Amino acid sequence: MVLLRRPGRWEYQAVPRWIYVFAVLGTLFILVPLVGMVARVNWSQFLALVTSSASLDALLLSLKTAASSTVVCVILGVPLALVLARAQFAGQRVLRALILLPLVVPPVVGGLALLYTFGREGLIGKSLSIAGINIAFSTTAVIMAQSFVALPFLVLSLEGTLRTAGQRYEAVAATLGARPSTVMRRITLPLVLPGLVSGAVLAFARSLGEFGATLTFAGSLQGVTRTLPLEIYLQRETDPDAAVALSFVLIAVAVLVVGLTYRAPAHRPRAIVVPEGIHES
Amino acid sequence: MSMFRKSVAIVAALMLTASLAACSPGANPGGTAESSTPNTSEGASSLSGTLNVFAAASLKSTFTELAKEFQAANPQAKISLNFDGSSTLVTQITQGAPADVFASADEANMNKLTTANMAQGTPEIFATNILTVVVPPNNPANITSFADLAKPGVKVVVCAAQVPCGAAAKTDEATAGLSIKAVSEELNVTSVLGKVTSGEADAGLVYVTDATGAGAKVKAIPLGLDKPTVNKYPIVAVSSSKKQELAKAFIALVTAAQGQKILQEAGFGTP
Amino acid sequence: MSLDFHAVLAERNLNATISVGPVETVAIMGPNGAGKSSLIQILSGLLKPDAGQATLGDRVLFRVGPASADCSSSGTTHSARTASAASSWLSPHERGIGLLAQDPLLFPHLSVAENVAFGPRSQGRGKRAAMESAQKWLGEVDAVELSVRKPAQLSGGQAQRVALARALATEPELLLLDEPMAALDVNTAPFLRSLLKRVLEHRCAIIVTHDVLDALMLADRIIIMEQGRIIEQGPTAAVLAHPRSPFAASLAGLNVLSGALEGTSVQTPDAGAVVGRLATSQGAEFLATLGSESPATSRTSELPLASADGSMAVAAFAPSAVSVFLERPQGSPRNCFAVTVTELEPHGDHIRVRAGRLSADISPAAMAELGLVPGSAVFFVVKAAEVAIYPA
Repeated sequence: MVLLRRPGRWEYQAVPRWIYVFAVLGTLFILVPLVGMVARVNWSQFLALVTSSASLDALLLSLKTAASSTVVCVILGVPLALVLARAQFAGQRVLRALILLPLVVPPVVGGLALLYTFGREGLIGKSLSIAGINIAFSTTAVIMAQSFVALPFLVLSLEGTLRTAGQRYEAVAATLGARPSTVMRRITLPLVLPGLVSGAVLAFARSLGEFGATLTFAGSLQGVTRTLPLEIYLQRETDPDAAVALSFVLIAVAVLVVGLTYRAPAHRPRAIVVPEGIHES
Repeated sequence: MSMFRKSVAIVAALMLTASLAACSPGANPGGTAESSTPNTSEGASSLSGTLNVFAAASLKSTFTELAKEFQAANPQAKISLNFDGSSTLVTQITQGAPADVFASADEANMNKLTTANMAQGTPEIFATNILTVVVPPNNPANITSFADLAKPGVKVVVCAAQVPCGAAAKTDEATAGLSIKAVSEELNVTSVLGKVTSGEADAGLVYVTDATGAGAKVKAIPLGLDKPTVNKYPIVAVSSSKKQELAKAFIALVTAAQGQKILQEAGFGTP
Repeated sequence: MSLDFHAVLAERNLNATISVGPVETVAIMGPNGAGKSSLIQILSGLLKPDAGQATLGDRVLFRVGPASADCSSSGTTHSARTASAASSWLSPHERGIGLLAQDPLLFPHLSVAENVAFGPRSQGRGKRAAMESAQKWLGEVDAVELSVRKPAQLSGGQAQRVALARALATEPELLLLDEPMAALDVNTAPFLRSLLKRVLEHRCAIIVTHDVLDALMLADRIIIMEQGRIIEQGPTAAVLAHPRSPFAASLAGLNVLSGALEGTSVQTPDAGAVVGRLATSQGAEFLATLGSESPATSRTSELPLASADGSMAVAAFAPSAVSVFLERPQGSPRNCFAVTVTELEPHGDHIRVRAGRLSADISPAAMAELGLVPGSAVFFVVKAAEVAIYPA
């Protein structure tokens, strides 16, 4: 690996050389399996495989539902992140732990939880069913399953950005006479916009790859609930070539979306330090 | 500290090795190189070593019991069971997973193994299975026959046509002259059963053994077909296995009267 | 608008009462951790005290804690209390208090003009009116030409001027300045200081500062805080002329020794008797004798000097009045202290020789002649006429 050294560039890096060995190992660990999969793509059949009606339906459904669940995550996740990062109340730590739960439980468990809540016989689903609303086996169920697993990604990312940004600008805005809603709209949100975008992209990517919760809660029907990951799993049974081709499409879409929009937390020109007292410990 | 560093390095190295190995499909990792006591063939009771049995998910309860019986008869031997979908298992085996015996839920997946020249001899059919209708205990849609599944408004869940239970369902549907519009075509039979036991679906099509295994959580309604699709379960020793004798003994147990009794109690049909 | 404020905050060991007149600027000084910033944060509504109350004009800013626990505040509070006895707390945006901190904290995503217009906009004015107001206040701080820039394109001094315009644009009833010049370099600070002098002229303001020059130029009155308490306050010149606390003395650059009064001398426990003259003069007059740093103010303050022998008193003298000798000088009616040099530092065009609590200013030539290094044993000598003695 050749490290570029341009004159006039900041030369010192607090990274010991041996670290690069592990960094390279880490990179290979992620990339080599991807290469292995891409090597298996049957290119001569590729176009035919990915343009079958089942494949196109799955791709379209995946994009549609992932976009919808991203919107849901933004609507529910922004207030949640604000409350977690700014407000101070009893049980805050517990609330944060609970909200991050979908990150650590297997998605199938999330799907079961949704099923026993919004399913026909579920806690809330029973009343909904009486009111004529049936969520299971619908595209709505897919969006709910995706939102459930993706929400913590947005909340976590945005809460981190909010904490790094600190409250000093908000405090100054308040002393200038801005009401809390004005502060949020004109100061807080514009300042954390990069973090919000990153969080939304992560949520989208997670939604795109959702499998377990969708399968458990929403079922699998072409064009309605069978998203790309489900289609891949199914194709694998009979047509591994199609499964590999679709996997490649899924990866390409994810790389495209993430690469175009995701920005690593920017290096701010001036350190934003939270003054003593304003910040909760 | 240095101990920690060392172990981290080892883990990283293993990860890399694993990922490299996984992407070289041609490489056969030399079969199961793990040591097992050489067989002295002095009779069944002296069999020893660990036998890796890869079996279809629907065989979970029966094969667990069979393994127990086998180990009771051969105290020196140990059966290690790996349950999953038949297609997943056959992919694992052809990619070099250390399997000694493969028990498939259908002949198609067994054919993949024989085509790859990895079956020792001819696979033997040891059980059969047919589909049945299952409904939640309260039977919300008042299903009394297979034909009721075609009624409009009934939420039916089946397996997708790509998996064996879905293919069988399609055939049986045609045999009965029905046109069922399913609300979901699940990826495996467990998902179908789950949708019925949770009350989400009005009815589902699963194997008789699944219905038996679910107990009181579902009500089974036979299809009532003269010629239902019969799903055949073949079993075979994997040719690359170093424990052919042990494998042979286990397969013998499955196909003999003792094994057949256990399978039939679980709802499997005789071959 | 006049301010009456009292707050107790145990967590920061703060217990302070201050009042500021309608057209008065008060400087708050004190060592780090004295509670100055806490006071500012409580006033601006960002930090809640355990107990206390504050009124700005006829408005109650807050009233928290045991309502009748403390009646030591001024009379305004009493009338306000009858108006609303219950505890109350105005949010920062309801207080009408402007804040200018050390860091300008201009909103990075808004232009300079938008930053200044932010306050008027938040107060409900239309976009156009707010922008006009922004231009007017940018004019006040000589920064109109910066209006289209983004904060990242400003120098530190420019940013602080814009921040000042932004704080003023809301026409606050009280302006809080928390070390506004601390982050500026020596070349830009004077410009902002003279700007502040102009805008603070007819306002009610509090400035927290570490620089005695700010206090002298901008403030009518000075409050010295230490460990959360106000230990000294009064007209700036008077406090600097007759510092009673080591901190105030160090601000004025004076040597201060305290002890029991005995005639025209102070019996100090560690440095023996210090002979001087009883300070009967007025503050400004005395200050004028201290040397080049004296301000040209005409503020006066009569000192109560009726003190008996044995009462506590302080002897103060300027470092420039101290001579340094390697050997004890003979036969002179002067104060002589045997000390060990602890530190040598440049101070203007002379060298400040520190020896524990005392310091002396000598020329570089004298310094070279004496060959001083930290650790040298020397004698600090000061004429009695240069020592001012006044009751503590």
